[in-house]
Amino acid sequence: MSAPRRNLPLRFIGRRLLQALLTILGIAIINFFLLQLAPGDAADALAGEAGTADAEYLANLRREFGLDRPLWEQLAAFLMRIATFNLGYSFRYGENVSTLILGRLPASLLLMVASILIALMVGVIFGVTAARYFNRLPDRLISLLALLFYATPPFWIGLMMIVVFSVWLGWAPTGGMRDITAQDRGFAGVLDVLRHLALPALTQAFFYLAIYTRLVRAGMLEVMSLDYIRVARAKGVSEQRIVYRHALRNAVLPLITVVGTNIGGFLGGAVLTETVFSWPGIGRLMFDAMMQRDLNLLLSILVLSSVFVVLANLVVDLIYPFINPTVELR
Amino acid sequence: MSDDANSAIMMDRRQVLLFGSAALISGAMMPSTASAAAGTLVMTINPEPNAMVSAFNTASPVAVISGKMTEGLVHYDFGLNPQPELATSWEIAPDGLSMTFKLRDGVKWHDGKPFSSADVAYSIMEILKQHHPRGRGVFAKVTAVETPDPLTAIIRLSEPTPAMIYALAGWESPMLPKHVYEGSEVLKNPANNAPIGTGPFKFVEWQRGSHIILEKNPDYWDKGKPLLDKLIVRIYPEPSARVAAFEAGELNLGGDGPIPLNEVKKFQDNPAFKVETRGTEMNNSLDVLETNLRNEHLAKPEVRKALMHAINRDLMVKTVWYGLAQPLTGPIPQTLPHFYSADVPSYPYDVAKAEALLDAAGYKKDAKGTRFKLRLIYPTTGDTYDRAGQFLRQQFRRIGVELDLQTADVPTFIRRVYGEYDFDLSMVPASATADPSIGLQRFYHSAAAKQGTPFVNASGYKNPEMDDVLSKAAVEPNASKRVDLFKRFQQIAMEDLPILPLVRPIYVTIASAKVQHFVTGPEGVRSHYSTLSLG
Repeated sequence: MSAPRRNLPLRFIGRRLLQALLTILGIAIINFFLLQLAPGDAADALAGEAGTADAEYLANLRREFGLDRPLWEQLAAFLMRIATFNLGYSFRYGENVSTLILGRLPASLLLMVASILIALMVGVIFGVTAARYFNRLPDRLISLLALLFYATPPFWIGLMMIVVFSVWLGWAPTGGMRDITAQDRGFAGVLDVLRHLALPALTQAFFYLAIYTRLVRAGMLEVMSLDYIRVARAKGVSEQRIVYRHALRNAVLPLITVVGTNIGGFLGGAVLTETVFSWPGIGRLMFDAMMQRDLNLLLSILVLSSVFVVLANLVVDLIYPFINPTVELR
Repeated sequence: MSDDANSAIMMDRRQVLLFGSAALISGAMMPSTASAAAGTLVMTINPEPNAMVSAFNTASPVAVISGKMTEGLVHYDFGLNPQPELATSWEIAPDGLSMTFKLRDGVKWHDGKPFSSADVAYSIMEILKQHHPRGRGVFAKVTAVETPDPLTAIIRLSEPTPAMIYALAGWESPMLPKHVYEGSEVLKNPANNAPIGTGPFKFVEWQRGSHIILEKNPDYWDKGKPLLDKLIVRIYPEPSARVAAFEAGELNLGGDGPIPLNEVKKFQDNPAFKVETRGTEMNNSLDVLETNLRNEHLAKPEVRKALMHAINRDLMVKTVWYGLAQPLTGPIPQTLPHFYSADVPSYPYDVAKAEALLDAAGYKKDAKGTRFKLRLIYPTTGDTYDRAGQFLRQQFRRIGVELDLQTADVPTFIRRVYGEYDFDLSMVPASATADPSIGLQRFYHSAAAKQGTPFVNASGYKNPEMDDVLSKAAVEPNASKRVDLFKRFQQIAMEDLPILPLVRPIYVTIASAKVQHFVTGPEGVRSHYSTLSLG
């Protein structure tokens, strides 16, 4: 634990970023070819919605979308767009892809931060409590609850929350991100968004909460049996301090890894919650883009997701040494 | 879970108070849709429209939103008769080769510029005839639009197109401002996502995935209208969430079947809601089975007739559509009374007759009681087609025909059925529209079949008499002669059965009890809604 190691490991980050670029490029190319396997294209989807179309109209659309060009040209064009950060135009939506994505990103990030924070806080408390009362009533209750949350689809939990808290009790709105009829600005606007955020964030949090609880509980149980805890106890350190200062630090390392992957996977992973709560997030946009074969938009979101995953992993790796200084970055 | 939540609250009185006051505060903050915003109505459109103007995208949700901001030359009453809108009167020449429209005086675009015949000419020639997916066919015979004065537009035709009069509503063939579109790249014009029309509502905001806001057009030509100050469209991707939003009072209106079929009864019985079954007569989306005549079994007319006899369509309406559908007797639904004919070959439910027909066709049952297998493909749009597929499988099993159910998302479905003809039976929502020349000719005319083009004749059906009847009806200027031709069309269609008509599903419109005038004509929620009001 010498001082230099505490400095920001720039070489490590540089190497990882280079790897990240290659990884993202690989993901982009693989995604491009995978999506080619889906039958039908954007013109088919558009005509399917319209209910009619003539052959020339479809040919015009394909020319407009660039679907009539050879595959390698389409791939090259796609990679060029990504390299220049100009994601192009979605004819499907009649809007720039970057505008579409940026319009949805805040909602997704807000939902992600809220639900992961809730899940983390409650998960740690639950996990620690369960471990402390191992095999006693609190442990049993918490474990049962975690199992239930894990096994219940977020979709169903969301619908039940809407029925109970919106329809029966009238406490929360059934969906959306803010009250459009009110057009609140400032503080009232923030409160309004929080009111809309509560149910979807809880719904999404329940799923993570179950995982985090079990991880922390298992980690705590393992660590609590180690010698250094016994030494601490023998020295007369208070149980509270042993649990939160000595044990938890070591027990949460696997948790950090999982949170990292959750953050990475969040963009697409929240699609069910976003659907149930009419939450205008990226997951829903991605789903629609898939159904409508708007491959340019879809690929852009997928690339963005992979950037998220890669960055989240890098951040997690950088966090390790702070939590447990015996971890070395190589 | 709800029990847990409740008992947790019950346990602690302090918590009850806390929650209670939170509810009070939130209740106070919540602008109750009833009082604060009497002039604001919240409706839903599903799925979310992909565009704001129906001139470039004719998907049904686009027509609903576009129809509020743009207007057409005419609109329609329940008898499907054209009524004045941007045109105050019109005249069709006896030879059917020209249509003269007198335009309304004093109409202004949302940007304040006056509306004139030049806009009509530009909209038809440069926009609808070129970029409108259906308009390319409907206006195909238009050679020119003459504008002798600012309030007269004369449409010149190379051949009579009697169906055109049914395609001139604002949600179908919107009039768009020449001064905004001329000289621009029409498909990328910003006005496509922020329309400038002449309609009662002006575009304010579209936040994709969330909502669309329209507001009253204060300069609307119909003085005193619209009655609403604001029309808000909220997007709820999930049908159950729409039910909840209606029940929570956050949503006032939704058309085209906004809630699952099995919930409709509950809404009909609830005095807080109105359920309207009219309002899709201009659209007439019919659920039919298209047969692939390239299949050796289906190529035999006896087989197609046997299948038709084997379907108990009354029972199907009850179990699959929860009673919200009308069995079809032929290709034209009864909602088009001026074209409908009951004088056609009919196929009552009769298993014995169906079996006899299959025996006669030379298909004997094997040891398991099966004669042959067919694949039925349908698009994944809600769960109605899943139930219909299950139902048909049971019905056909009785006569020894095994159905292999295949479901595919829309682009896949289109590619397989219309691109590759890789299907035996396909269940499709086929829109008959208000005129058979527009809606039905494409399914029955042999010339309509173009591989790779969706929703046209995919069965490979070709009957010279049918082709002849349809071609003549499309250009017959005399109304009664045209009706006779369509009568013959219905007879041939039911004799040859390239398509097995099942039902006309009834897509309900749901509104809170206080909403008035939400279905004023056959256009239903596609109407311009200038008379829509709350309370």
